Amino acid sequence: MTMAAVIELAGITKVYRSGSLEVAALRGIDITIGEGEYVAIMGPSGSGKSTLMHIIGCLDVPSSGCYQLAGEDVSALSETELAEIRNRRIGFVFQQFNLLPSLPAWRNVELPLSYGGIPRDERRRRALAALDRVGLGDRVEHRPGELSGGQQQRVAVARALVGDPALILADEPTGNLDSTATADVLSLLDELHAQGRTIVLITHEAEVAERAGRVVLVRDGQVHTTGAVLR
Amino acid sequence: MSWWETLRTGWDAIRSHRLRSTLTTLGILIGIAAVVLTVGLGEGAQQKVSSQISALGSNLLLISPGSSTTSGGVRGGLGSSSTLTVQDATALSSKVNAPDIAAVAPATQRSESLTAASSNWTTTVVGTTPDWLSVRARSLSEGRFLSQADDDTAAAVTVLGPTTASELFGFQDPVGQNVVISNTPYTVIGVLKSAGSSSTSNLDDQAIVPLTTATDRIFGGSTRDSVQSIYVQAASAGALSAAYQEADAALLMRHHASAVSADFSITAQQSLLNTATSVSRTLTILLASIAALSLLVGGIGVMNIMLVSVTERTREIGLRKALGARPAMIRRQFLLEASLLGVAGGLLGAVLGVLGAEVLPPFINDPIAISPTAIVVAIVVAVAIGVVFGTYPATRAARLAPIDALRSE
Repeated sequence: MTMAAVIELAGITKVYRSGSLEVAALRGIDITIGEGEYVAIMGPSGSGKSTLMHIIGCLDVPSSGCYQLAGEDVSALSETELAEIRNRRIGFVFQQFNLLPSLPAWRNVELPLSYGGIPRDERRRRALAALDRVGLGDRVEHRPGELSGGQQQRVAVARALVGDPALILADEPTGNLDSTATADVLSLLDELHAQGRTIVLITHEAEVAERAGRVVLVRDGQVHTTGAVLR
Repeated sequence: MSWWETLRTGWDAIRSHRLRSTLTTLGILIGIAAVVLTVGLGEGAQQKVSSQISALGSNLLLISPGSSTTSGGVRGGLGSSSTLTVQDATALSSKVNAPDIAAVAPATQRSESLTAASSNWTTTVVGTTPDWLSVRARSLSEGRFLSQADDDTAAAVTVLGPTTASELFGFQDPVGQNVVISNTPYTVIGVLKSAGSSSTSNLDDQAIVPLTTATDRIFGGSTRDSVQSIYVQAASAGALSAAYQEADAALLMRHHASAVSADFSITAQQSLLNTATSVSRTLTILLASIAALSLLVGGIGVMNIMLVSVTERTREIGLRKALGARPAMIRRQFLLEASLLGVAGGLLGAVLGVLGAEVLPPFINDPIAISPTAIVVAIVVAVAIGVVFGTYPATRAARLAPIDALRSE
């Protein structure tokens, strides 16, 4: 592959300590994900895929190993520096949507921009454009409670892409959605991928993983198989 | 995130828990109102005392005779002897002996019945000299005061207090009319301006006559030269203690007495004022510290509610952190929220305090003086309480790990 790597994990381990007990959640992960790739990370519960997602998302730091995100070593950054990396480089889509219920859709979408110090007018313009992009241009003033689950998740996708991050990280994005809404959100991710965005999707559903160009199977804290999806 | 947006976010969070925020604010509100009111009450009491005392005359010394002892050995109280004389007063007014004394007014008084054309009234008749007016810091609402000529000739003239004048003459103009004291008609030449009543004597109810008139015509008796008190006015507030010593030395010499056997006593209004002020200040400090305790309780309330809020909003904090909020921004967010509660409590408490100062005085019969400084200090304290008691919860919020925060439900 000649394209630049967005994610380069080398020898990543993560050990949790509870009392005198040490639990190794990750035991040496090596993954490289190139720009524009659509990768699904699969694995049974307890496999360490959530921990891996946290580390990829810079929500947590590895115990050892090296993690380069968009060419920047982020393995040993402080909480404040990690916050900036998350803000600039990563767009999150969560299973629970995680929208703030008191804010209208567009203000939920502009949140990452406000933490990035973008001026107000530009934030609103970009938030509206992102909502338009996910097909919710007519729902910008609605609060999350006034939207369906699928629409809420689309607001979350708009929030993930508003900052134009190098990586969109989706953690079980369809886990709380019915089949119609699932199809909706997945086709949205397909479109984003088609436009050249790098997407990492964590899921345990095979039919969701099928959409990705590559599946990484994690088991017992190690990469079990990685390969192209057979269509 | 700009300050303005942080503020808006904080305001939204406070508004979304109206009852809780109101109750928390109430804790601060009551504390601030209590402090503002107690300090105002103390301030008001001090102003009242000092205005009452300065109504008696400024830079004033009062010389009273010592106690008398009868031949049977019965000792009277202070002021019962008649050791002070007009000559003592004259000696004190000498600029050579007592350069720091500005004016001297000997006075002697007795209760007498006054009769006007159709009514009578019993009041205090005071015999004194023209200097009395300036020494006692009084002024006239009409007519003139006693002159030196009145005193020299023992003229049958009198100046009435406003209460006395209205009791005797109603709405008629008293000046120029006659009142009868001890069977002698006196011409009313002036009426004093009201000075308000003090707790000890009614300053507005008296009839002033020349000292010579009082001793010769009204009181009579064997002790014509003796006076009941001598009012001494020092040249300035700073000269008060010098005036005190000059008066003391001059009288000791005239009476051939030593400090131990002195047959008179000198009291300064200032010392009364100081005592009264320090008493009321002590009380104010005591009350204000009790009120401040309630502020402390209010502050703990703020901390408590902020901790609840942090726990409740763990998920929101996690999300904000995932989206790129730095720990410092989260801390600022919660600190600002706590200070908003403090500001609201402080402002409302100050308003309540000011309202209380308007409404309460008629019921408690004491003035409440609210100074702008007290209000500003109260509000600053309220904000400080918000910040101080908000720091711990805010720091806790800032330290939450984003994954733990996101996981919680």
